[in-house]
Amino acid sequence: MANFTLKVNGTTHQVEVEDDTPLLWVLRDHLNLVGTKFSCGIAQCGACTVHVNGNATFSCVTPVSSIGNSEVTTIEGLSKEGDHPVQKAWDEVDVAQCGYCQSGQIMTAASFLEQNPSPTLEEIDNAMNRNICRCGTYHKIREAVALAAKTK
Amino acid sequence: MTMKTQTGTSRRDFLKIAGTTAGGLVIGFNWFSCDSPKMEVLSIEQVLAQAKSFNSFLSISPTGDVVIFSPNPELGQNIKTSFPMVVAEELEADWAKVRVAQANLDPEKYERQLTGGSGAMPHSWERLRKAGATAKAVLTQAAAQTWKVPVSELIVSKGMISHEGSGKKGHFGEFVAVAATLTAPEEVTLKDKKDFTIIGTPVKNVDAKDIYTGKPMYGLDFQREGMQYAMVQRAPFGMKLVSVDDSAARAVAGVTNVVTFGSSVAVVGTSTWPLLKAKKLLKINYEPDGAVESTADHDRLFTELLASGKAEVKRKDGNVAAAFKTAAKVVTAEYQCPFLAHSPMEPENFFAHVQGDKVELVGPTQTPDRARQETAALLGIPPENVSVAITRLGGGFGRRLRADYVVEAVEVSRAIKAPVKVTWSREDELTGGAYRPAVRYRFEAALDANGTMTGYKLRGVGMNAGNTTREGNFPSGAVDHLLIESVEHASTITTNAWRAPITNFLAYAEQSFLDEVALAAGKDPVDFRMELLNRAKTNPVGELGYDVDRMIGVVKMAKEKSNWGKNPTIKQGFSVYFSHKSYVAQVADIDIQGGAPTLKKITAVTDCGLVVNPTGANHQVRGGIVDGMGHAMYTNLTFEAGVPKQRNFDTYRLIRLKEVPEIDTHFVDSGFDPTGLGEPALPPTGGAIANAIFAATGRRLRSQPFIEQKEFSDLQLQIKRG
Repeated sequence: MANFTLKVNGTTHQVEVEDDTPLLWVLRDHLNLVGTKFSCGIAQCGACTVHVNGNATFSCVTPVSSIGNSEVTTIEGLSKEGDHPVQKAWDEVDVAQCGYCQSGQIMTAASFLEQNPSPTLEEIDNAMNRNICRCGTYHKIREAVALAAKTK
Repeated sequence: MTMKTQTGTSRRDFLKIAGTTAGGLVIGFNWFSCDSPKMEVLSIEQVLAQAKSFNSFLSISPTGDVVIFSPNPELGQNIKTSFPMVVAEELEADWAKVRVAQANLDPEKYERQLTGGSGAMPHSWERLRKAGATAKAVLTQAAAQTWKVPVSELIVSKGMISHEGSGKKGHFGEFVAVAATLTAPEEVTLKDKKDFTIIGTPVKNVDAKDIYTGKPMYGLDFQREGMQYAMVQRAPFGMKLVSVDDSAARAVAGVTNVVTFGSSVAVVGTSTWPLLKAKKLLKINYEPDGAVESTADHDRLFTELLASGKAEVKRKDGNVAAAFKTAAKVVTAEYQCPFLAHSPMEPENFFAHVQGDKVELVGPTQTPDRARQETAALLGIPPENVSVAITRLGGGFGRRLRADYVVEAVEVSRAIKAPVKVTWSREDELTGGAYRPAVRYRFEAALDANGTMTGYKLRGVGMNAGNTTREGNFPSGAVDHLLIESVEHASTITTNAWRAPITNFLAYAEQSFLDEVALAAGKDPVDFRMELLNRAKTNPVGELGYDVDRMIGVVKMAKEKSNWGKNPTIKQGFSVYFSHKSYVAQVADIDIQGGAPTLKKITAVTDCGLVVNPTGANHQVRGGIVDGMGHAMYTNLTFEAGVPKQRNFDTYRLIRLKEVPEIDTHFVDSGFDPTGLGEPALPPTGGAIANAIFAATGRRLRSQPFIEQKEFSDLQLQIKRG
């Protein structure tokens, strides 16, 4: 076990875990931030996506020991009132079916639009292809990202 | 036209109106709250604290806030939004003042509290309407009594009751106290469908805000003070446990216990990550406990059983042998699909706390009552001693119809004498599943000299399927001489319903085969189907399990909406299927201009009766098509010695965003009450795509997944994202 000081959603947290513990499980089991989801555990589906220094990151394969001083942002910290342009677009388009993958989708989209504020549809497709939605809400995801880009 | 109807007032639908506050009805609100997006509006807890319980479906507070309970598990089919819409419509509620709460399992109050078979809305449609209408009737009666005016002079709209003559006006909440002293009427009047103001409008998902802000709402999110975590290693299919060496697993920091029950070994600890590591360190010896099967065994079995297996005759019309003997042409083909896992994004999990002869269960289940019954049976306690709180489900697809993963959590809690949440990894989900079994079909068709299908034979070989066919379905009734048989293999691999059971592959096989027959008959695929449907309509053979007019309705509209056959550079594939009481026709378009064939669009025409929520309906149709396309194109699960070879999403390939074409959806206004929609859009998709691929390239795909077939390997099919 080792002690880690983590900056998550603007707050500093102390956790004592094994240093190979993925950030995902630190967030979910130790910091009670369960908006970040577990699904595949091998960086294939994107349900666990968080921002590490603004970059969309698969938290399921990111050891806590690699975080250091980086700023971690989870879905709970994306906006104070749930009114980030991407969250608003998701609501406007009414994207979710079961909803389980959507926090990961939103985090991927938010990071992508930060880096590419006026994307083409092709670029949106390439960015969002890393997240799986088993319900098949892909058309709505694409529509919501395009809407968020327009209203940002 | 308004409709007078008996309320059928029974204890089940309408508990007595008076009295009890509803605060105790729903356990777990503290963490399953559906807080209103507007801060000034009361929370559910506040509403409930003041509310009178009108019946099983709703509570109304003195402030006029309405809480509608949604009894059925929500897994993405949008029932938690669409059920309350129906209640609110007949209640004449102001949707802005409606809050929705997931009800816990309560067999005393709710019938059919499960999610499966696309059956919730068809089953509950009238019950929900009556619930709303009854509450409205009681409230208006209370207003009439209070104001001393005739009830017939009152107008109810958007949660307000008004009386024009006296100018009096008040919201529902003002009449709750008086209403609570009244008796429910035995007859209520339901609204004319043309007057609906909520039903038929795109009402947003009631959980949207919580989903998009990451609120705890799924089973995997549940936590309880003092709760332990556990993961379970299950035996390969057909094997049983002999011995366990758990010394290395126990040595992992954070692991507190290892317990064995049956052939399963559970590692228990204080958080999830140590368990993922420790489970891999278990050294378990197994021995055979029945047939240990591999995919190669299944392929051999299919061939044997098709040739000589003992078949159960499901339907026999006319004289099939004679029809084939005198046929001008005979068409024969075999179709096969692989096993599939359900792979909901949220893996299986459940919380269980066994305390003496009482059990508390919390988690994602499609069948809460089954979870309760199986738990009670395991522990030998009365079912009433088991409580089940239903969380939101991160998908289901049929996997959570089973209660195996619930009972497992109960086993672990009993063994460690503590509350526990059992979590499955993705590898557990793919290897310890309850799969859609592989199946093989052989079709034979006899054509006469005019190209009329006079004989039809279908023989299906399935595993643990019960019946691999749908003998009442089209083309039954349209063919003079017909034989449908099913052969069964009892497999040691656990199988289970998977979204649109049986039809998820049978529809593809049948609709592809009918395309082959149309080609042999020299007829356009749509004309050929219409010829059969007209025969079934004018002079049906035997019993029909489907409504011919509704099927003709979707075929005609799909032909029109897809511009069938009108564009020479677009090659099209047609498919139509009836399942879960609904009718869906689909046309896939492949553009052959330029280099590679390009799948551009799927047009879908659905007759699901009245569309309750257009947003939800579009979701179900598009989602069903994406699901049907993804699994037809890409997904395979093969077994080696009782263990699946595909263990995670790196090899078990699910469809992604860039692989989805435009989907153009249309709904037929057939005037019927709502029929199923969670499943019916899936079955036709594989056939539409396969038929379009044939039209564009001359390659006939008779096995799934397409990408693994040699006929597909050099096609270089492109998908134009829609």
